[in-house]
Amino acid sequence: MAMMTEFEFKPPAIEVPDNTNEPQGAGACPVSESEAWEEGMVIRNLSAWYGSFQAIRDVNLLVGPRRVTAVIGPSGCGKSTLIRCLNRMHEVTPRARASGHVYLRSTDIYGNGADPVLVRRRVGMVFQKPNPFPTMSVFDNVAAGLRLNSLFSRRNHLADIVEQGLRRAALWDEVKDKLNRPATELSGGQQQRLCIARALAIEPEVILMDEPCSALDPVSTLKIEDLMHDLSTTYAIVIVTHNMQQAARVADCTAVMMMAEDRAGEMIEFSATSEVFTNPKDKRTEDYITGRFG
Amino acid sequence: MSAIAADKGMSAITYTRRKWTNTIMLGLCSLSAFLAIGILALILGLIVVKGIHYINLDFFTKPPRPVGESGGGVSNAIVGSLLIVGVAALIGIPFGVGTGVFLAETAGPRMAGVVRFTADVLTGVPSIVVGILVYSWIVLRMGHFSAFAAAIALAIIMVPIMARSSEEMLKLVPQSQREAALALGVTRWRTILSIVIPAARRGLITGGLLAIARAAGETAPLLFTSLGNLFPTVDFFGKPMAALPVDIYQYATGPYQSQHEQAFAAAFVLVAVVFFISLVSRLLLSRQG
Repeated sequence: MAMMTEFEFKPPAIEVPDNTNEPQGAGACPVSESEAWEEGMVIRNLSAWYGSFQAIRDVNLLVGPRRVTAVIGPSGCGKSTLIRCLNRMHEVTPRARASGHVYLRSTDIYGNGADPVLVRRRVGMVFQKPNPFPTMSVFDNVAAGLRLNSLFSRRNHLADIVEQGLRRAALWDEVKDKLNRPATELSGGQQQRLCIARALAIEPEVILMDEPCSALDPVSTLKIEDLMHDLSTTYAIVIVTHNMQQAARVADCTAVMMMAEDRAGEMIEFSATSEVFTNPKDKRTEDYITGRFG
Repeated sequence: MSAIAADKGMSAITYTRRKWTNTIMLGLCSLSAFLAIGILALILGLIVVKGIHYINLDFFTKPPRPVGESGGGVSNAIVGSLLIVGVAALIGIPFGVGTGVFLAETAGPRMAGVVRFTADVLTGVPSIVVGILVYSWIVLRMGHFSAFAAAIALAIIMVPIMARSSEEMLKLVPQSQREAALALGVTRWRTILSIVIPAARRGLITGGLLAIARAAGETAPLLFTSLGNLFPTVDFFGKPMAALPVDIYQYATGPYQSQHEQAFAAAFVLVAVVFFISLVSRLLLSRQG
């Protein structure tokens, strides 16, 4: 990293698409507090640990409805930990714990009596590596959330929901003739969209995506990004990425995380994406997005 | 060759010594492997050569003839073994899988350590000790030998084997599968039942078959429990019952040539069954994934 400055390495500037004229849902950023309280998520003083190691410290963030919020930052800065706290998946890891408040439509998902199982039905998640259930067909994968939660009534009804999920995940046309084939026969990009369809089928309010394209080729990545754009007209989407170009392409708001001295991740900047990339307030953000480290 | 060795700053003697050490040690390892296989081949060969002549339809369909007379079969022991091992599997495998689920999915590291260690110790307990335990628990209390007592003894032997093998198989299921289900708002139990266990099903079946194979060959615990019986019976709780391993033991130690023949034939059948079960489980496992 130090070498880069020595050789006066100038990375290409990151292009922020000029979509100010494009109709963008309600993509305005910053999110107003009241909007986040009513329809999105409000994160207050969120800290998380693995055993005695603190992974993130006192993160505050507003996740607005009907827009994409990106979390960027160097490797190991706690991006994934943060997003996994938003549907209480963090605590699935042994010896992991979290403190602070995450309000989903004004209900604290870390409050007394909040059931992680119910939280996860409201906040869907897509993982880094596509993880369809290998023992199930394409159809059964999308239906899995409903079946395993016994949330459906009639078979027809289920078929409708599956079709709808696949359509919204822009996968229907590609798989409508192989709904009964094993999910593992699909390509990596299709599998990832299948996982998105699976998450959509349980009608979440927020969709979390933990580096959803890092295992995919550029064409599949583009498809997922288009999909995110479409989905952001309906859902609140939070995406973790360490691809800054991707954040610039898809996100309305961008949060930047950085490691502190003790390696705990802190949020150093949060504003409109164009603002973060063209006029960063924090020196470390500037260093990071110009490629001086990370 | 040695030119290259010299290039690397190695003397010719060192090079030669290393080369020979390598060859000799690898050769010794191969020899050990062949010895192990050779012994198995000897056992199988002996049983096949000595036993296969006496295999005929009567052997499978007829009960034993009176002592000293030749002919007759071991149909009662075959039925007995099937019943005892079958019931033992019905009791032992669910408990074993349950323990495996506990170890792989729900137990904290310390608790899992304790249970795992206990299971390993239980696997190592000589089977005759299990026989004595069940004898004092069930046989003495019921006042007579029974197939039921034998099934309990075999089930006890199967539980730790099943527990450890199912733990290993469940651990092979990627964490991402569990997280996928949990992230859909599925409870832990539903995740284990509908995602993890189906993903590991081949391995679990294999483990079950191997546990059955192991139990089918156990002799010592049966001596104290089902005892053996020259007459056919399906009275599971009330009467002693014959089983193949006990027949082999009793016939082989009997004074008559006809009994020795029967012992070898029964051994052949038992080995064939165990071999077949192992083969099926291997096939299943190789297709896992």
